[in-house]
Amino acid sequence: MLSIQNLQAGLADGTSILKGINLEVKPGEVHAIMGPNGSGKSTLSSVVAGREEYEVTGGDVLLDGESLLDCSPEERAHKGIFLSFQYPVEIPGVSVSNFIKTALNAHRAARGEGPLEAALLLKKMREKLELLEMDKSFLSRSLNEGFSGGEKKRNEIFQMAMLEPRLAILDETDSGLDIDALRIVAQGVNALKSPTNAVVVITHYQRLLEYIVPDYVHVLLHGKIVKSGTKDLALELEERGYDWIKKENAGK
Amino acid sequence: MHNTLLNLYAEHEADLARESGDAVASKRRAAIDRFEALGFPTKQWESWKYTSLKTTLATEYTTVPPFASASQHALEFKDLESYFLDELDAYRVVFVNGVYSSWLSSTTHQGIDVCTLGSSWRKNPEWLAENFAALDELDEPLVLLNRALAREGALVHVPKNTAADKPIQIFYFTTADEPLFAQVRNIVVVESGARVEIVERHQTLNGKAHWTNAVTEIRVAPNAHVRYTKLQNDLSTATLTDATFVHQAADSTAVVNTFSFGGKLTRNDLRFHLAGSNAEAHLHGLTLINGDEHVDHRTFVDHAVPHCTSREVYKGVYDGRSHGVFNGQIMVRPQAQKTLAFQQNDNLLLNDRAQIDTKPQLEIFADDVKCSHGCTVGQLDTDALFYLRARGIPETEARALLMLAFANDALAQVELPALERKLHALIHKKLGVSVA
Repeated sequence: MLSIQNLQAGLADGTSILKGINLEVKPGEVHAIMGPNGSGKSTLSSVVAGREEYEVTGGDVLLDGESLLDCSPEERAHKGIFLSFQYPVEIPGVSVSNFIKTALNAHRAARGEGPLEAALLLKKMREKLELLEMDKSFLSRSLNEGFSGGEKKRNEIFQMAMLEPRLAILDETDSGLDIDALRIVAQGVNALKSPTNAVVVITHYQRLLEYIVPDYVHVLLHGKIVKSGTKDLALELEERGYDWIKKENAGK
Repeated sequence: MHNTLLNLYAEHEADLARESGDAVASKRRAAIDRFEALGFPTKQWESWKYTSLKTTLATEYTTVPPFASASQHALEFKDLESYFLDELDAYRVVFVNGVYSSWLSSTTHQGIDVCTLGSSWRKNPEWLAENFAALDELDEPLVLLNRALAREGALVHVPKNTAADKPIQIFYFTTADEPLFAQVRNIVVVESGARVEIVERHQTLNGKAHWTNAVTEIRVAPNAHVRYTKLQNDLSTATLTDATFVHQAADSTAVVNTFSFGGKLTRNDLRFHLAGSNAEAHLHGLTLINGDEHVDHRTFVDHAVPHCTSREVYKGVYDGRSHGVFNGQIMVRPQAQKTLAFQQNDNLLLNDRAQIDTKPQLEIFADDVKCSHGCTVGQLDTDALFYLRARGIPETEARALLMLAFANDALAQVELPALERKLHALIHKKLGVSVA
């Protein structure tokens, strides 16, 4: 489904961050990408989602065999890419429900469909709120404004539940969450998993992977995937840190 | 232009004096003398540094004489309906080409007075003489000119312990075939314990370079409450110079919202005098302009006594080659201890040809006060824009949503649902969006 081929990218000033990433994600799979700070994890998610501040200098990102690189962020979203942000943006004056409605109807318009009927939209929103143990008063609050860290992350997963993406990238969705919030978020993600969609989890911590169990774990270091394995690799990283991997790669 | 106006005054001085009595006549005389000495402001003046009247003054105007009679025009209610607030049961005071239009208006003397200055010189001369030019303390040529020549406009008087039963809409429509220069003045007096809500709109209808020079005096007695909203969404040919003076007694609340969405040149002088303790002033403004439009807000809040609060939030979004000016002065006098004064001016420039000159000025002479001010000038937040686009919201719509969000604070003091709907519709149209 998602195929990242020798992807190289950096900032407009020429700083190179991703130095040849290769990753294949198939439908139904969960991949985890781990790595120390500054290894390029967030850059990778931003580049896949289409952030224009990054310049792609080589390689390709394909979804179902078609390159995404010439697509705008909104076109990528319409094709089924979803990025759960590490730092969701606060937008005062725009309610959660209006935001979701605008986003959802933009997706529908891209498919040539009319806006979703209000009653159906409300029903769907209520269902998804329940899944994430959120109160319905949440819908009328300004987007992310005054939300706690946990509420912001739950709101991200709520949006994911509403938009039903084919490929969800969860960028540090677990950082700053207490164990209860983490459990709820993970429960939401798991409920949305299906044989036709896929999830890429970007994280510092192995903790999240106890709840969202990955099929594959990859270690990102200095802009490259230097090691891949199963969920056991995450446990090993938790125990031993990253130094041994850095040493392994020092000579290369 | 200067001479034409002096001649106009000379021609009508006697009639004006006969109508308004000696006290007002001497105020008018002093004002025209001062106007004659000052001339029109130029950019060399500190108070007009960023706003030039040159183009406005280059136009050939027909001046509306003080005793103009109803002009020939074919305006009907249905032509103007879209400017009124929908479904709002309200009093209406409507002027067309500077002259009162009784058939478009809906006034009252039941419980409260909602009527015109023009009719009150005869009916209620003493009261009017007392309240005319009572608060307009500003040594500015346009205010002086208005003081000398204006005799028409809306009059609102809310007696003691009365809440106006309906909101009041004040409209000035201009539709003359040739550019028209009009002097209009509103007088609002809200007695102690009373409450009123007023919406004022100036609108030209035919794309001629009309100029309206307006003055509004609002007296708020102890424990009275006023909410006054100015809706300025004129054609890009019109000039509006407006000065509004609010005088607040103890325990009163006054809100002035200024929505400036269009017009070739708009100048708003807004001056609050907090004269009684525990008075609360709100000054909210939102400017959304484009093309060659120019809006200059100059505000002054005078904390003259202890324990008053003022809260000022002005926001602006500038597109095209538009130019905004914000000059917000807050004066805290030595005796005004325990003052709370907050001022914020935030601006978005949508391209590098748009321009904003912003100057917050706090002058604090008391030591036990809480005052803060801030101003920002920036572009749309790229993180926020990416966030919205990554959710599938197209770029133009995402930009508009962010502008709406940016403007939102400025709407905090809008309470009438019909007004809120109207503002949202205008803002959406202005920003070119369909989002809810």
